[in-house]
Amino acid sequence: MEQLIVTLVTFDGAVNWTVGFLTTVAIFAILALALNIQWSVGILNFGVAAFFMVGAYVSAVLTLPAPEGLEAYVAGWGIPIPVGWLFAALAGAVLAILLGIPTLRLRDDFLAIATIGVAAILRSIANSVEGLVNRSRGLNGIDGFLEDQVQGGGYRWVELAIALVVLLAVYWLVSRASASPWGRALRAIRDNEDTAKASGKNTVKFRMGAFMLGAMLMGLAGAIYAHRSGTISPLTFSDLLGTFFVWTMLIVGGSGNHRGAVLGAVVVGFFWFGTPLIQESLPDWLGSRVFQVRQLLIGLLIVVFLLWRPQGLLAERDRVSRFVTRGPGDELPDGWLDKAMKRLRQRSAAQSPRS
Amino acid sequence: MGLTLVFGVLGIGDFAHGDKMGWGMFLAFFVVSAEGANLGFAGGRFGSLSFGWGLIVGLLVAMIGVALISVILERLVFRRLRAAGGGFFVFAIASLGISIMLRAVIQLIWGPSNFRYTPGIHPAIEILGGIKVKPDQFFIVGVTILAAVLLYWLLYRTRFGKAMRATADNPGLAEASGIDTNRIRIGTWIIAGFLGALAGVMLGLQAEVRFDAGFRLLLPLFAAVILGGIGNPWGALIGGLGVGIAQEVSTQWINTGLKPGIPFVIVIVVLLLRPRGLFGQVR
Repeated sequence: MEQLIVTLVTFDGAVNWTVGFLTTVAIFAILALALNIQWSVGILNFGVAAFFMVGAYVSAVLTLPAPEGLEAYVAGWGIPIPVGWLFAALAGAVLAILLGIPTLRLRDDFLAIATIGVAAILRSIANSVEGLVNRSRGLNGIDGFLEDQVQGGGYRWVELAIALVVLLAVYWLVSRASASPWGRALRAIRDNEDTAKASGKNTVKFRMGAFMLGAMLMGLAGAIYAHRSGTISPLTFSDLLGTFFVWTMLIVGGSGNHRGAVLGAVVVGFFWFGTPLIQESLPDWLGSRVFQVRQLLIGLLIVVFLLWRPQGLLAERDRVSRFVTRGPGDELPDGWLDKAMKRLRQRSAAQSPRS
Repeated sequence: MGLTLVFGVLGIGDFAHGDKMGWGMFLAFFVVSAEGANLGFAGGRFGSLSFGWGLIVGLLVAMIGVALISVILERLVFRRLRAAGGGFFVFAIASLGISIMLRAVIQLIWGPSNFRYTPGIHPAIEILGGIKVKPDQFFIVGVTILAAVLLYWLLYRTRFGKAMRATADNPGLAEASGIDTNRIRIGTWIIAGFLGALAGVMLGLQAEVRFDAGFRLLLPLFAAVILGGIGNPWGALIGGLGVGIAQEVSTQWINTGLKPGIPFVIVIVVLLLRPRGLFGQVR
């Protein structure tokens, strides 16, 4: 992450920082969307970092060449990178199945505990099993997709394009999924599981499906992250950055709502990755502690939003299907952005000549 | 035990419990360390134990401090969320946010280094059959048993405990029977805070004082609670012993680095075989 920190003194520096920042935010936005799919059926996944990590490692070991010298990792088949992405997504889904079988039928809270545990255990496996993934040395020299095709220093733009294209595809996918009968069933299960069951929905199956879809997307995000940063180690996938950070994005942006998830990623990402930029100009007593203060503020953001703005910046629109119109009083209150947009619309309507 | 109490009575999986232990640890450290010495608390040792009055005062400060933090958080955060009709999800996420904040504040004040209550090496003494035990460890075991007995007495032999159990079973009904459920909740947080701080100080005594020690213990804690059956203090004690022993014994056969994975395996196995835990009651 910290390689993003470049001083913004020059125009080039500013452009480079922005491109890198947007790429990172796009990857985190994919994570937030994936989490949102799981959350939309009431799955409390506190182990985003685990799925993110599995995707990154799977794609990395499959696409890397065979290990040499001190290196010691499995696979190393040097397969094409997009195939690595595919396997990363599959690996995420497999992990979701393994975790979902014992926990999804039980109380909601058990899955939360199990997922927080799986992130910890995967990190400790990666760290301590010799010959699996280079232990704490991590994997290095992971190629970027199409990196060998690009001459000169323009590759960062390609990275950005890759991340954005994938983000758009994921956004399209989750939006379609949410708008489909399947997505409607998910919301029904979240809002009232008993009613959904009574309507003949196999809730365990639906929840497993959502858990797997989200996990696949998290695995994919991990793969993109690995090929983008070129180096990964167990330390990269901390609970703070890999899990809580993504939750903050979702809570701030507006849970249960895909636009909100992306907006949250941009806002929270800017706050997080932007802090190092102003570190230099802060007074010393604050500048030296800026990372802890940043962490404090992330926690504070979660609590403050839950208390005063539980629906996030962009509220989830309460709807059954686009074919059903709702009566007044059914809607959630407008978000800040909704209000601002309305005001703008009213103003422009007032200014335009009446015909 | 504090965790299982909050879990059972309030229906909140308090993910911040580990960090509250961390606070207990550091508050006691504050009293024991140089800053405390200026206030006239340090010095002296009890027999072969590695600490003196400083730690006892520190323990009291820590317990009051952590209970205070818990009560403030209940007032500021959890009560409002409850009033807004938040479910388990909202509480869990809020407690995660709080956990991040508490840890960040510890780091802000004390920095990321490790500390010990008393510097130096404390030799272990031999008891029967060549087993070596540190005197401090006797103290820790004794305090744990004392706390368990006190908690049992409180829960099953006092009116307050009865009211607490009633609130756990059915808050609406408890309220209708004239129990001030808000007072019960505050009381539960205070007791959980006491226990958390106690555990934190004992942990600091046994190992080191680290900013993330509490958080690292979170998974074993939850594993102990699930193994013992949620909301059951005896279960939590036995579960804690079980998880701890399993973790230490496992190093005979597997890589030490995998030790943190043991609680997770226990959680999964318990969930598959007996989700209500060893001593869980059928409702």
